[in-house]
Amino acid sequence: MNVINFVSAFFSESAHWQGYDGIPTRVWEHVQYSLEALALAAVIGLPIGLVTGHYGRGGNVLSLVATAGRALPTFGLLVVTTIVLGFGMLPVMIPLVVLAVPPILVTTYEAVRSVDPSPVDAARGMGMGESGVLLRVELPVALPMIFGGLRSAAIQIVSTATIAAYVSLGGLGRYIVDGLYQHDYEKVVGGATLVAGMALATLAVFWAAAKVTVSPGVRRSN
Amino acid sequence: MNRFFDIPSDLQHDWLGLIGLHLREALLPVLGGLLLALPLAQLCVRLRWLYPPVLWVTTVLYAIPSLAFFVVLIDYTGQTELTVMIPLTIYSLVVLVPAIVDGVRSVPQETLAAATAMGFGPVRRYVLVQLPIAVPAIIAGLRVATVSSISLVSVGMLIGNQGALGNLLHDAQIYNRPELAWNSVITSAALAVLADALLVVVRILLTPWMPSGARVEKSKPAGVRPEPAVPALEDAAR
Repeated sequence: MNVINFVSAFFSESAHWQGYDGIPTRVWEHVQYSLEALALAAVIGLPIGLVTGHYGRGGNVLSLVATAGRALPTFGLLVVTTIVLGFGMLPVMIPLVVLAVPPILVTTYEAVRSVDPSPVDAARGMGMGESGVLLRVELPVALPMIFGGLRSAAIQIVSTATIAAYVSLGGLGRYIVDGLYQHDYEKVVGGATLVAGMALATLAVFWAAAKVTVSPGVRRSN
Repeated sequence: MNRFFDIPSDLQHDWLGLIGLHLREALLPVLGGLLLALPLAQLCVRLRWLYPPVLWVTTVLYAIPSLAFFVVLIDYTGQTELTVMIPLTIYSLVVLVPAIVDGVRSVPQETLAAATAMGFGPVRRYVLVQLPIAVPAIIAGLRVATVSSISLVSVGMLIGNQGALGNLLHDAQIYNRPELAWNSVITSAALAVLADALLVVVRILLTPWMPSGARVEKSKPAGVRPEPAVPALEDAAR
C-alpha cells in the first residue's frame, strides 16, 4: 500500500508539474535521450543486420559481438566513459547505444535469414538485383521481427536512460537519483512509475507502427 | 598493473572476494528465477488463457528501472544483498518464462503422442520428454538472464555499496583511481562471457543428440524458424 500512497502523493503535488524539474520537462528530456540513442543504435545495427542476414554470413561473429555488448555492464560503462570523456551527452549515449545495438543486430539478422527462400528465388529469377531482393522482398517480410528487435532495444533504452541522471544530466532518472539522496521515496516511486509508463507507451507505439507499415499479406501469413 | 588489482580496504574484500560476491549476487537470482519459472511456465502451457496476462505483468515489472526497484525495496529489506537480488530474480523470470513456454510448446505433437502411447503419464511425459526437448530454448533463456544479471549487479553500488564489483566504480571516483572503474567493467564483462560460454557447454552436454552450435547454423534447412526463443529473449539485456 505504501507504494500506491507514494505514487498518488507524487502526482497530486502541483509543484511536480512545473518548472525545470517538472514532470513535462523531465519526460521530454527522457524522450529526447531515448530517441537519440535508439536512432544511433538503429543506424549501426539495421544495415549490418540486413546485409549479413541477406548473405547469411558472419552469424557467429555477430552473436559474439552481441554477447560481448550485452556482457558490458551498462552502469560501469557509464562511469568509465564519464571518467574518460568528462561529463556530457556523449558519455551517456555510448553505454545506451552499446546496450541497444545487440538486440537490433541479432534480431534483424535472424529475421532476414528466416525469410522463406522461394519468393527470394522468384524475385532473382525475375531479374531483380541483390539490393532489390533485400529491400523489396526480404525487408518487408522480415519487418515484423525487425520491429520486435527495435522494440526490445527501445524498452531497454527507456528504462536505462535513467542512468543519465547519475552523471548530472536530466531525464526521469533525476527523480530516482535525487529522491535516493534526499531519502524522498515518494519522488523515487513517482519517477519509477513514470519510466514504467513510458516503457508501456513505447510498446504501444511499436504496436501501432507495425500495424501501419507491415504489409497486410505478410501479416496474414504470420 | 599492480594498482589495477589493489582494491581499497573499505570494500573489505580482495579482487577474488569481490568476484565471489558478484557471482553470488548475480547467479542466485537466476537460480531462483528458474525455480519459479518452471512451474509458472508449466501453468501457462496448461492454461493457455493465463499466458498473455503473465507476459503483460512481467513486461511491466521489467520496465521498472533496476535502480528504482532497489530504492523501493530498501523500505522493506534494508540496504542488503537481498534488495539487489529480488529485482534480478524478477527480471530473470521475465526472460525465462517465455523461453520455457516456447520451448515446451515447440515439442511436436507426434512426439507427445508417441510418449503417451508408450504409457507415459503427464508428469513423466513432462519431465522425461518435454523438458529435455525444451533444453536448448531454456538454456538460451538462461544465457540472456545470466549475462544481464551479472551486468546489473553493479547498479547495487548506488544503494549502500551492495554492488560487489560495482563498488569499485564508487571507489574509482572518490579515490580518483580510474583503473578501478576499468577493473570493474572488464572483470564483470569477463565473468558474463565466461558464464555464457559455460552455459553453452552445459547445453551441449545436456543435448548430446543435437549437432553443436556452429553446425546447426549451416545445416539448418532454409525456412525453418531460428532458435525458438530468439525474438522473445531479445527483450532481456539491460
